[in-house]
Order: sequence, then C-alpha cells, then structure tokens
Amino acid sequence: MSADNSTSQEIPNPAVDGSELIRFDKVVKRYGSNTVLDQLDFSVASGKHVTLIGPSGSGKTTILRLLMTLVRPDEGTIRVGGQYLTHEEKNGRLVPAGEKHVREVRKNIGMVFQQFNLFPNMKVLRNLMEAPVTVLGLSKDEAEQRARELLDLVGLGDRCDAYPTQLSGGQQQRVAIARALAMRPQVLLLDEVTSALDPELVAGVLDVLRDIAHTTDITMLCVTHEMNFARDISDQVLMFDSGHVIESGTPEKIFTEPEHERTREFLGAVL
Amino acid sequence: MMSSEFFQNWFLPGIWVTIQVTFFSAALAFVIAFPIGVLRTSRVWIVRFLAGAYFEIFRSTSSLVFMFWIAFTVPPVFHISFQPMFAGVLALGITYGAYASEIVRGALAAVPAAQREAGIALNFTPAQRLRRIELPQAWPEMLPPFNNLLIELLKGTSLVSLIAVADMTFAGDLLRLVTNESAPIYTLLLGLYFVLAFLLTRGMRLLERHAKKRVGQTPEKTSLFGGMRSRSSIDAVTGTGGAK
Repeated sequence: MSADNSTSQEIPNPAVDGSELIRFDKVVKRYGSNTVLDQLDFSVASGKHVTLIGPSGSGKTTILRLLMTLVRPDEGTIRVGGQYLTHEEKNGRLVPAGEKHVREVRKNIGMVFQQFNLFPNMKVLRNLMEAPVTVLGLSKDEAEQRARELLDLVGLGDRCDAYPTQLSGGQQQRVAIARALAMRPQVLLLDEVTSALDPELVAGVLDVLRDIAHTTDITMLCVTHEMNFARDISDQVLMFDSGHVIESGTPEKIFTEPEHERTREFLGAVL
Repeated sequence: MMSSEFFQNWFLPGIWVTIQVTFFSAALAFVIAFPIGVLRTSRVWIVRFLAGAYFEIFRSTSSLVFMFWIAFTVPPVFHISFQPMFAGVLALGITYGAYASEIVRGALAAVPAAQREAGIALNFTPAQRLRRIELPQAWPEMLPPFNNLLIELLKGTSLVSLIAVADMTFAGDLLRLVTNESAPIYTLLLGLYFVLAFLLTRGMRLLERHAKKRVGQTPEKTSLFGGMRSRSSIDAVTGTGGAK
C-alpha cells in the first residue's frame, strides 16, 4: 500500500477514528524506579505502517512488548480492535484480564524479535506449523501448505528440513517473519529485527518486509534503526524520547524537516 | 569358597531384586518429579509452596528412616500389610522423586525466557507452551543429572537389605555369614554395583544422544568412560549423594 499523506494522524489523537486498531490510553510502565512510559497516549489506524524511532531507553520496545502482552502496563489501558487487551470489564469495572480474554485479543497480534527466537528443537517447517496446528486447530495438511507458501514468500522454500541453527541469522529472521505470518495476524510487531544481523544479511530481511508491507494490508508497528527502511515503508513515523511521543508525521516530514530540536539531534546522530 | 547352590539360590535372584527395586523406584521418582518440578514454577504461590514443601520435606529426611517408617509403622497403624519390597520402592521413589523434581525445575528454568516469549507471541496457552516448547527443550538438559541420580538410586537400593528385602547386598550378607568369607564377597558386590551403574550410564548416554539429536543439537562423541562426566550445571544443585 502506498503512503497517503492526507490520512496521517497527529499524535496523540484523542478522536476515535472508525478504523482505529490500536489505542494506548495514559499507559504507564515502570521498571523499578525507572518510568519507561509516562502517561502515553497514541493510536494506530488499521492497515498503517508506523515506525517508532528514538534513542535507546526511550520506551519504543516497551510499547511492542506491552502490545504482545509480554509485560503488563502499570497504569492505563491498551485497546486492540476496540477490545481491552490486558483488562476486561466485570460489573462495570475494569479488572486485569484473565488468560482466556488476553488470548482472545492477542490472536490478532504477531511479533518478530530481534534475536529471532525460533524453536531450536523443531525443523523450519515445524516452527511454522506448530502454532497453527496447536493454537488455531488447523489440520496438518492445511498448516503445511500455509507454511510452505510462506517459506516460498521469504525465499526459503528449500530449507524446510533444516534446523534453525543450520541457517544464517538472516535466514532465521526470515523464517521468524514467516512463522509470525502463519498465524494471520492483523498487526505485526517488528522489534529491531535487523539489529542482530551481520550487515550483509540485513538487505534480504528488509526486502521481505518491504514486500509484505506493499502487498498486504497488515498493520505494522516497527522499531528500527534502519532509517532508509523506515522511510520506505512507513505511513507515519513517531519520534520517542523519555517515554513520550515528541513528534510525529509522515516520513518525508520527519526525515527532511523535523520540527523538534531533539528529533534533529537524533537523526543527525543516526543518519 | 561360596557354594554354587547358594550362589544360584540367593545371589542371582538378589541381583534381579536389585534391578527390580531400582527400576520401580526410578519409575516412581520419575512420575513424581515432573508434576512437582513443573508445579514449583507455577505462578500461583500456594501451588508453588505446596510443591516446594514436598521437595524440602523429602529431600531433608533420611530415606533409610523413611523406609523403616513405611515398613514398620504404617502396617500396624493402618492395619494393612505389604511386601517389604513395596516399602523400599515407596521410600526410595518418594525421596528420589524430590531430588529429581529439582532437576526438572532447574532444566525448565534454564530454557531461555525468549522461548517463552515466542510462545506467547504465537498465542500458545501456558500448558501448550510447557508441552510443546519448554519441556522438549529442557528434556536433554535433564538427562545427565538424571543419570547421576539414577546411579545414586541404584546404590541406595542396598538399603532395602535392612528391611529384609533379599537384594544382592542381602544375599552377600547371608553368604558372608554362611561362608565366613568377607573379602571376596564384598569385592564381588562392589564389582556388581559398578557393572550395573556402568550399564545404566551407557543406556542414559544413548538416550541423551537421541534426545539431543531430536532437538537439533549435535551430540558429542564420548569415549567408553566419557559418559561418566557430569556436564550440566544442574548437577550442582541437586545435592545428590545425601540419601543415606
């Protein structure tokens, strides 16, 4: 899908958009005495590709981990597709959600990790089939067909019978992308997916992601230091600092005429 | 020297009894170790507490005294009777199950957190994560410490001779009384325990190689005695060897 400047939203955006898919309301996350996210509000519209940039420790990865329910917010709420993610309503009050509710909302979300996190005890094909069979209840044949299609998509159709350790980092990460897509998520979270790769392997992974960004309507939330990639695929770029969104806009605007001094400093350092 | 008739009537069956006690105690310990080890990682504190209590209690009691307790206090109090071998297997299985649960817990804790996170990201239930991701990866790590424990258990089965189970130590004692020959008999017994332990170790090494292959690791080649090495950090925390 192409970047459409007219639909980019100013962040934070309190207006409830009909197509709003993800919404953070006053989310606070602390690790000990360190407040990583401080009253964060932001939303992402369905089908958009949003890139989070900013210095280390500014809370970008925490946002993805909150969405994936790997960590829970200390305060505030997160909604995905209108449903509370880690809360549920009981007798008109919001209470921390049980496992069943969390899983129901979480099924719309997939994640690709910096360190791939493939299952080392399973061959490539089974890495892709395990969750569709166990979690979604697909038949083995259906799951295998889906897995093989996705492996072809990421250019690894011939490595079905390899164990993850027999693959290069770039190949492992492409398998990890295919594994996340096998669950047919609405939202794909990409957490510094090229940071652990040797420089010559980065391009292959980014090509696969570009392909997915341009040929599917999947919503992407991407934390990356690859500014060219961010410019290529993003509809919207959010600049984070100290747990706040300090600036947001189209990649053209953020990368060519940033308003905020802190954004200029950051881009000056990484570009 | 020992009469061949006595040897056939007591010693050979004794070896068989030792093998049986080892097998049944190990099976019981194994069956206990998994639920207790898994429950000790539970997020629910009361579950964790109860499983932890089991571990602490049976790790800290003498398996010999526990064996006496089962053999001599349970039957009169509860008006039941059972074979002495049953008491021996129960005491050893419960005690070694506690040790083995620590191996299970440790191996599960050693599975990288990233694997759990990948499981969450693919929306597995906690039980599915345990069954499909965590236990299969922890299993090869459990085998070397399980092997150590199994050998401890084999040697620990000699305790059953004290509640009149006719294992090979019991047979050796009888034979010594009959023949008044100590040195050859105890030397033979030591040799027999060694042979059994050695066979167990080779079997466990095969199992470990198979398990590693199944999880995509390349098993290392070992020399004949290479399998005796303990290669896992988990060994250190099980405190094996204090079971007497």
